[in-house]
Amino acid sequence: MTPVSTILSKELRSHFVSPVVYVVGSVFLLIVGLLAYLYIVFTGAQAIQLMQVQGQAQINLNDLVFRNLFSSIRFVLLIILPILTMRLFAEEKKLRTFELLMTSPIGLHEIVAGKFMSVFVLFLGLLGLTTLIPLTLSLFSDFDWYPVLTGYLGLALLGALFLSVGVLASALTENQVVAAFVSFGLLLLLWLLAGLGSLLGDSTAGQVVSYLSFMEHYDHLVRGLIDTKDLVYFVTALILMLFLTHRVIDSTRWK
Amino acid sequence: MIDVHHITKRYGQHTAIDRVTFSVAKGEVLAFLGPNGAGKTTTMRILTCFMPATEGTATVAGFDCADQPLEVKRRIGYLPETPPVYQELTVDEYLRFVGRLRGLSGPMLTDAMGREVERLGLGAVQHRLIGNLSRGYRQRVGLAQALLHDPPVLILDEPTVGLDPKQIIEIRELIKSLAGSHSVILSTHILPEATAVCQRVVIINGGRIVAEDTPDRLSARLRHSEKIALTLSRPPGDVEAHLKQVTGVQHVHANGPPGHFLLESELGHDIREDVARLAVSKHWGLLELKSISMTLEDVFLKLTRHEEGLAQPADVASDRVVVNVDTRESPS
Repeated sequence: MTPVSTILSKELRSHFVSPVVYVVGSVFLLIVGLLAYLYIVFTGAQAIQLMQVQGQAQINLNDLVFRNLFSSIRFVLLIILPILTMRLFAEEKKLRTFELLMTSPIGLHEIVAGKFMSVFVLFLGLLGLTTLIPLTLSLFSDFDWYPVLTGYLGLALLGALFLSVGVLASALTENQVVAAFVSFGLLLLLWLLAGLGSLLGDSTAGQVVSYLSFMEHYDHLVRGLIDTKDLVYFVTALILMLFLTHRVIDSTRWK
Repeated sequence: MIDVHHITKRYGQHTAIDRVTFSVAKGEVLAFLGPNGAGKTTTMRILTCFMPATEGTATVAGFDCADQPLEVKRRIGYLPETPPVYQELTVDEYLRFVGRLRGLSGPMLTDAMGREVERLGLGAVQHRLIGNLSRGYRQRVGLAQALLHDPPVLILDEPTVGLDPKQIIEIRELIKSLAGSHSVILSTHILPEATAVCQRVVIINGGRIVAEDTPDRLSARLRHSEKIALTLSRPPGDVEAHLKQVTGVQHVHANGPPGHFLLESELGHDIREDVARLAVSKHWGLLELKSISMTLEDVFLKLTRHEEGLAQPADVASDRVVVNVDTRESPS
């Protein structure tokens, strides 16, 4: 086993014995399922209305259900993913097991990578379970799979970014609650940059600020547009966060 | 095996350790003795590459802790102050995880786990969650972790804390059995431990090394007078004046309950015979007469309270620190 997979498998084991993961997972699936149900019922009601008025209805599930659903899931992830990441480093520091990792002959980058991957795998698992929604819908109706798949790609990238911010926050403190709130705050800040960007308008500053927020990049993917620029955004942001995590941990050794 | 040269560690304004220099030979067991907050843990953390020194160099098996941390970490087994165990894992899972971190796999890992489980008596709890184990078992799991990859250097931060007396003896035996093939540094504030298992003692106080020697030589160096404990059943009122008449006696103190006295004489001057003769001839009812050698405990207290004690070991008279001597016999 490589060091990364050693850390990864240990972290997964720890996640699965912790009630946090089950609570977070259930809440996530419950809310996403409820949202999907509401959007579908709402769309159905609209369809019935159109049928009554026009005698026929052409309903676009992609626009009415999936785009709405993908937009709403952002909020859910913003609140839920910091809970998944908060213990990663904070708990190790609090319980002094961090000394074991730091005095073992493995690189710090391997520890960071293994820990990040453990929460990412969990998140992908949860995301995988939500595919039951489009799969079930596809039994009863027709819709375009392509934007649904790019939407899932967007969710995976967005989740990776959120998790990496959470990993960084967890490295900053030994208090899990503080870690959760710091990542929550950082993510909200990234979110609000989009608002600031549109306020600044089409100026260079406005464009730069908008680019820094994940909003427009995610929106493109949800709308079915795969643009290298957006992929580059997510990948560089992820690497930057993990790099900062590495630096933060390394610098605390010197204090 | 371990060479520490002038290492200093500062946390902001606070200097945790100040120009600490010592070395440990291959196969040697060294005790790091000092009160809490003396800098023992800081020194150990630098040696294990957990954190870097502000100044100075530390090398383990020829590798520099600052430049080649991975090589150093490969050769060290480290038991921190708090055993670094994951409560949510079983003992088996934990040891497997640690073994893999240290690069063990397959049959080598299984063998190493079997060996340590056996050596530390963990067989009964192998499949239990560490979170449900007692403090003593956790400590032993921590030790198993440090020994798992059979490192040439062991750094043990208070290895016997939380163990019951029987376990303490077992762990001391274990550490003694490692001597010769392993270099061990252990920190402790329990003095008999240092005497029992270590060839050499480094006493550290306020971040500085105040003494370094074998336990026996340390007590010898600090003993400024011979001390004799005397117990009489019928001492007269003027017994102290009589005792002072004996050649060589410098001081006589009442020592605890009535009839108990402590006599100090010049170094190398055995007064026991004269005192015995006097007591018998005067019918004082001689019950006990024994010489007291300074225990490491006394040395420790003396050094950490009165650091200049070692600076002029020859100048006996000027250094009259009264040490709380208990009447325990030392093994010598």
